[in-house]
Amino acid sequence: MNRYPLWKYILISIVTVLSVLYALPNLYGKDPAVQISSSRGQVTELTLFEVEAALDDEGIEFDAIEYGLNTMILRFSDEEIQLRARDAIRAALNNSYSVALNLAPATPDWLAMLGAEPMFLGLDLRGGVNFLLEVDMDAAITKAEERYVSDLRTLLRDEGIRYRTINRDDDGGVLIRFRDAESRSQAIPIIETNYLELTVSEINEGSGDFAAMVLISDGAISETRINALQQNIVTLRKRVNELGVAEPVIQQQGQERIVVQLPGVQDTARAKEILGATATLEFRMVDMENDVQSAIDGRVPPSSRLYYSRDGIPLLIKRQLMLTGDYIIGAASGIDALSGGPNVSITLDGRGERMFRQATADEVGKNMAIIFIENKTETVEENGELVRKSEIVEEVISNATILEQLGKRFQITGLDSPQEARNLALLLRAGALAAPVEIIEERTVGPSLGQENINQGFLSVMIGFLLVLVFMLVYYKVFGIAANIALTLNLVLIISLLSLLQATLTLPGIAGIVLTVGMAVDANVLIYERIREELKNGNSPHASIHAGYEKAFSTIFDANITTLIASLVLFSFGTGPIKGFAVTLSLGIVCSMFTAIVVTRAIINLIYGGRRIQALAI
Amino acid sequence: MELFNRDSTINFLGHRKLAAIFSGILILASILLLFVNGLNFGVDFTGGTIVELRYENAANLEEIRGILNNSEFDGAVVQNYGSANEVLIRLAPIEELNSSQISSQVTRVLSQSGQSIELRRIEFVGAQVGEELTESGSLAMLFALFGILIYVAIRFQTRFSLGAIVALVHDIILTLGFFALIQMDFDLSVLAAILAVIGYSLNDTIVVFDRIRENFRKMRNSTPFEVCNTSINQTMSRTIITGLTTLLVLFALFFLGGETIHGFAMALIVGVIVGTYSSIFVASPVTLALGISRQDLMPVEKEGEELPDRP
Repeated sequence: MNRYPLWKYILISIVTVLSVLYALPNLYGKDPAVQISSSRGQVTELTLFEVEAALDDEGIEFDAIEYGLNTMILRFSDEEIQLRARDAIRAALNNSYSVALNLAPATPDWLAMLGAEPMFLGLDLRGGVNFLLEVDMDAAITKAEERYVSDLRTLLRDEGIRYRTINRDDDGGVLIRFRDAESRSQAIPIIETNYLELTVSEINEGSGDFAAMVLISDGAISETRINALQQNIVTLRKRVNELGVAEPVIQQQGQERIVVQLPGVQDTARAKEILGATATLEFRMVDMENDVQSAIDGRVPPSSRLYYSRDGIPLLIKRQLMLTGDYIIGAASGIDALSGGPNVSITLDGRGERMFRQATADEVGKNMAIIFIENKTETVEENGELVRKSEIVEEVISNATILEQLGKRFQITGLDSPQEARNLALLLRAGALAAPVEIIEERTVGPSLGQENINQGFLSVMIGFLLVLVFMLVYYKVFGIAANIALTLNLVLIISLLSLLQATLTLPGIAGIVLTVGMAVDANVLIYERIREELKNGNSPHASIHAGYEKAFSTIFDANITTLIASLVLFSFGTGPIKGFAVTLSLGIVCSMFTAIVVTRAIINLIYGGRRIQALAI
Repeated sequence: MELFNRDSTINFLGHRKLAAIFSGILILASILLLFVNGLNFGVDFTGGTIVELRYENAANLEEIRGILNNSEFDGAVVQNYGSANEVLIRLAPIEELNSSQISSQVTRVLSQSGQSIELRRIEFVGAQVGEELTESGSLAMLFALFGILIYVAIRFQTRFSLGAIVALVHDIILTLGFFALIQMDFDLSVLAAILAVIGYSLNDTIVVFDRIRENFRKMRNSTPFEVCNTSINQTMSRTIITGLTTLLVLFALFFLGGETIHGFAMALIVGVIVGTYSSIFVASPVTLALGISRQDLMPVEKEGEELPDRP
């Protein structure tokens, strides 16, 4: 008796082999690397040529090179070379590339082909910054209402309806006061047909006062909120790209919050300054009468200024401002219905429409440029004193010919690629009026602490694990060996599952693994104590093994399910670090059910099964 | 090798009055401590800023306090963290300052002292985030208790479920009381540890309950008191060994895991000890006091599941 069918052994072998395979990449670690990505499409042969030349000049050698989607990764043998290489590459490439330090998994090809990759390390283990930002939604809605104030003003004026005042009400909504009841009853249907998202109701405060309250529908308000959040995420993405961080995380959390994780970033002050920069857009005409070359040589006409595009192409642009980004409501990339090429369509608000219509009326056939302006503040040290400096970075992001008088909606066509259209739309949105954000949480871990956390975490797992192994061996002898093999497999299984899920390992996650190691033997202790009890009651060894596993099962099941309930609650409520703990704990519980019951039984059956035995070494 | 004699029949439940008095005193003391001392909530809950720094040489705490008191950060709590070179600075939320700039400004102020400082960790938590966390943390604990209540009531019986909950509340209060006593930082990881303690202690309790259920069906001629006592004795060995292996790894974590998870490991160590005690001296006595009897477990028996060895 006590024999297991062959298929169970096969199953256990398959699980063992797979878990070892998928846990393996973690042993190889990661190589220091530099990641080069282009914000304007492909990384080409030409890029590689430039990079190689730059590295050659500095006498830097790289170990390997890989291509991804719009990215190129160069591996280096150590961190010092990696830093030098980054600086050299940065200097050589123009700023349409972002060059970032990275860690590339050193997984061998045959493993990578199976999709096996190492776990991600959390910021507390590799160092970096974690920000939680909150979008000021009240401000976003206030701004939307202010926009309606100007839109309604334009609308009523165009329709020839006389009103006294239009103002944003402090309690929300827009209050319009009319001169008489007649113009009010004229206005209401006009407003409602022009702006479907608005509802207008009459307010009678007293005699001779004809007011109407305009409220934005709930749907439009929630759309405003979503837009405010999206807009900020877009802006943050662009800023983060500029920081040159590899594998940044920018994610929505809840209705009005954004998580920004920047692995490896140490200078939080600079990171905050860059994230907090404000951007605007300016629309100006290109000066086509004067010569660009002579402007480069220093003879800039007084009515114009010399600008550079993102690719470094010089452009002479008139000083007169036509429009700013504040009037842009939306910008989206798409396909032009006429030409079939990529385009970006821009929507302006009422005031912007009027200004733009006037400004572009006489400019058809000429070129208009869109300039992206960022106001950054940087803290620099000057003569031993720390000075906050504000710096303005301006670049031309679009230069297009005006084909007709432009109004509320217009489009920019003739773009090279859908990618470029998308980028331009992103930049336009980023430069449009966005709701302000505030940092409400910040967690920074230095690189040395990160490394220490890894070392200490690893050490405590190993020591705790060894202590348990020794204890089980001494206390349960042969059965202890079975439990130890199961425990080891359990550990490998957890790591392989975490790698397979591409979960992020954090310090609390390691704590979860340690705790699992301690608790995973519980199932075996329950079974073995039951076996001892059966033996003591005078049952035969085989019957005792059988009864021990049988009777302990429902106990193990109940006990583990309740622990699982607690850790699921942890998971659902948890923020980052607690989630990591809950994930490893839950995985550990589930894995231990398999290893402690099925795997130990298989080993015990292999040792004692199918033969006569006098006594058990337990 | 055996740590606990299997044939022993220690009259655990005979001492239940004594245990009740003991637990009662501890609970009262804990509640008193929680009111008088209060928990030393970390910035996760209160909002504010933590800055962890490493100095080249042993840090002069007095000097650091002096520098900070002369800056806009007066009232900062400065203490050693792990070693003499490492310093942890805790700042309350400051209204006038733009919250996100505090951390960078602290390092700037301190770097004027001329020593080389390495910034190891900054944690800034806005006040409203802390408030939300306190709320969701308490909610999480309630949810966990409620989920467990329902599961145990379904799998066992309502009296068991109440016994388990009383034991869990007992464990939570004592662990919190311990943290109020030693004034260790109560942060997010400690909260996680307490939720894990709920899981562990329950695990322990369920094992005893499972035996009680089984023995009610086996020991037809015994009183509920005898059944419970025997069950506790029979599971004693397992209770001690599992507690021991768990404590082994927790001590490894406490001594080797680094300063950051000290609180976490501490909460679990206390929780495991208290949880082991409560599964013997609290959960079963309460269930017994609520009047558990053989009849209560009959419906389960009628379903006739997994009882091949019924006499």
